[in-house]
Amino acid sequence: MSTPVTEIITVTEIIARCQALFDDLNFTYAREWKAAVPGRIVVGYMPFYVPRELIHAAGGLPLGVLGGGEQLEVIQGDAYYQSYICRIPRSTIELGVTNRLDFVDAMLFPSICDVIRNLSGMWKIMFPKVRSRYFDVPQNFSDGVGGTFYIHELTELREMLAEASGRAVTDAAIRASIALYNENRALVREVYAFRARQPWKAPSAEVYLLMRAGMVLAVEEHSRMLREYLDAAAAADRPRRDNSRVVVTGAFCEQPPLNLIKSIELSGCYIVDDDFMLVNRWEQSDVSLDGDPVANLAQAYLHNSANTSAKYEPDPAQKGLYLVAAVKRTRAEGVIFASPSFCDPALLERPMLQRVLAAHDIPFIAFKYAENSGQMQPIREQAGTFADSIKLWSTP
Amino acid sequence: MTPPAAVIKDTSMLKQKEMISGNYRKLETAVADGRKVAATFVPGNLNELIMCFDMLNNLPEINAIQNGLRKKTGAYIMEAEKRGHSEDVCTYVKADLGMIAKGNIGPDGQKLPDPDLLLLSYTGCFTFMKWFELLREHYKCETAMLHVPYQGDGRISKNMISYVVKQLREEVIPKLERVSGVKFDIDRLRENLARSARAEEDFVWVLESAKARPSPIDAYFGGVYYIGPIFTAFRGTEDATLYYRLLRAEIAERLAAGQGPVTPAGDMPAERYRLVVEGPPNWTSFRDFWKMFYEDGAVVVASTYTKVGGLYDQGFRHDPDHPLESLAEYCLGCYTNRNLPSRVDLIEQYMEEYQADGLLINSIKSCNSFSAGQLLVLREIERRTGKPGAFIESDLVDPRYFSPANIKNRLESYFQMIDQRRGGGKSVPARAA
Ligand code: SF4
Ligand code: SF4
Repeated sequence: MSTPVTEIITVTEIIARCQALFDDLNFTYAREWKAAVPGRIVVGYMPFYVPRELIHAAGGLPLGVLGGGEQLEVIQGDAYYQSYICRIPRSTIELGVTNRLDFVDAMLFPSICDVIRNLSGMWKIMFPKVRSRYFDVPQNFSDGVGGTFYIHELTELREMLAEASGRAVTDAAIRASIALYNENRALVREVYAFRARQPWKAPSAEVYLLMRAGMVLAVEEHSRMLREYLDAAAAADRPRRDNSRVVVTGAFCEQPPLNLIKSIELSGCYIVDDDFMLVNRWEQSDVSLDGDPVANLAQAYLHNSANTSAKYEPDPAQKGLYLVAAVKRTRAEGVIFASPSFCDPALLERPMLQRVLAAHDIPFIAFKYAENSGQMQPIREQAGTFADSIKLWSTP
Repeated sequence: MTPPAAVIKDTSMLKQKEMISGNYRKLETAVADGRKVAATFVPGNLNELIMCFDMLNNLPEINAIQNGLRKKTGAYIMEAEKRGHSEDVCTYVKADLGMIAKGNIGPDGQKLPDPDLLLLSYTGCFTFMKWFELLREHYKCETAMLHVPYQGDGRISKNMISYVVKQLREEVIPKLERVSGVKFDIDRLRENLARSARAEEDFVWVLESAKARPSPIDAYFGGVYYIGPIFTAFRGTEDATLYYRLLRAEIAERLAAGQGPVTPAGDMPAERYRLVVEGPPNWTSFRDFWKMFYEDGAVVVASTYTKVGGLYDQGFRHDPDHPLESLAEYCLGCYTNRNLPSRVDLIEQYMEEYQADGLLINSIKSCNSFSAGQLLVLREIERRTGKPGAFIESDLVDPRYFSPANIKNRLESYFQMIDQRRGGGKSVPARAA
């Protein structure tokens, strides 16, 4: 089948744009976005989740800060951390002290682990002019207990954002923002579903860059990009390989180097699901637009959000089943545990998840990485052997 | 020098020993005695509440410490790692899981009972949540999650208090009732809390005695003994009240006599350096570690580790008139639940109030809750106080991460640095030997 040249170029163009955004550690897009209209604010946030709708409703741009990756040379950041702490906080500090985040009006630090938690206080000390907030989410999921607490937290955040932007954050504005993010999440889910159906048409490095673009772009622009990508990727003709299908898990905070994602695929594994950027698929279906929008965000968090290590599982019988469900939904044949070195949430959770997978006869492998890992050969070999063994097991 | 403490034991020390072994004995016979057992954590420990249900309190962190002191944890950690637990995660967790894998024989050589309830008091440490999810997987017992929000802005809000109180009412107490078969009696809780408050008064007096020169206590190496009853299974008991009364009387005597702290080698000869220490100690080489200090006349006059189970010296007392609110405030106020700026402020306060010569940070590989950000804490304290700081690294209960030669070298150069800052010459002992 021949492919219209323009469509291939379109995919290439989209991904080139994403790559440029990914490479730009000065966040030029966000700087320009802010400068374009007086009174705009930019609010940085770290993994795994913040209610971006509130930032948007305050006239702000939510800016995902996911560390410095492999490009950033960390010089000063290392002076703040011992060798046995993961990389993302030190490269984030590096971004801060080298003024790459000097246009950011506020920073949010979600309750993912003690490192990010303590970083919230470090930010207060090091950047006293920036509004920094530790963003707590409930671990109790009943409406009257965790829900009430969370609505208060969201309300405090709403007030902080209103102060930062100098404008009221109205219910109507929040509803409008929820609608935009609902649309964006639906498109993100569609891209993931598309890749799970035809992974050869949506290489993981492309999907990764596409999702990373959503960390920096305005939501309206990102949704447009996702739509364009879906059209272009569906039309593109790409060779189908005899790869194994895997789910990658454990990489929800410090990001793997792009090369690592490419290496997994090059070694014979199609990534059909992952947890790289949970924030853009956190709510699993649309957040309601009726009634109190803050209460709706709280409801969605309590009853309709993704699972990850930072969230308590009250029902022991359900522990880890989300991963089994992801394997089934995407028809994956195995799971790769890719975790940042020294990552408490990923590494403490791993044995529990592995036991659940073993009970369901789902094969897995595990390795660790750092955002600046350079050596991909061992990972390629491990993933290649895994892909081969999956094929062997599945051969009748 | 007076004879070593091993020879002359203070009455309080004997009392504590008896309390600890008594609790282990109760745990060992719990099943036979028909007693139910709760497992929980030191920060956010709800001992007064657990006691209302006639349940025993088994604290896995304390088992790990006790096993560490007995040098048993190295093998347990290796066992846990063999079973798939990462070398990167907290060694308390692995020491506990390794002990369970090897038959759950407690520190004093007897089998520990399976808990009937895991009281997951989620205060100040992310690892707690995963630790008890791992234990729940093993024991398949009831688990009560008490989510204690972090003081991100350095304050306790009404929303936080009411969230914790609601969880106590709707989640924790009903589960304690169900597991124990005992109905909750708030008056019993009030009585327990009143006893706690009495013990807390004496405990704070002891900690603050270190403001004297010379300090009659070591608030870190000695301090870890002093926190024993109040941080563990005894807060709210008559025994704990008595223990702190005895301890206070003993320290008052030392203070009046101008004596320094008791060390494993006997009375400390001279106080040459007054330090504030941040971070938990190493347990597997605890005695050797301590020796590096007292040999050189270094006394720890205040420490943050002795605040992980509550900041009583900042005025908090358990309050029988507001029992559940008071438990909530207690959980919210523990040291590692305070944000980094509050931790820096507290250390700065200690540096001034206790007239310290410097801050030493013992950074623990296991513990991101304490350790992430400590290098900034050090810089801030040096900047604010003009006093020198030092940074050493070790681990809690993993003997592989205690390097005596490195630590000793580091400490010696640190003491020299303090001497130099004092104005050149050798330091003058605070008191003759
Ligand atoms: S990589 Fe893991 S340990 Fe490090 S900040 Fe992220 S969640 Fe925390
Ligand atoms: S991480 Fe730190 S606070 Fe948490 S259990 Fe381990 S030693 Fe304790």
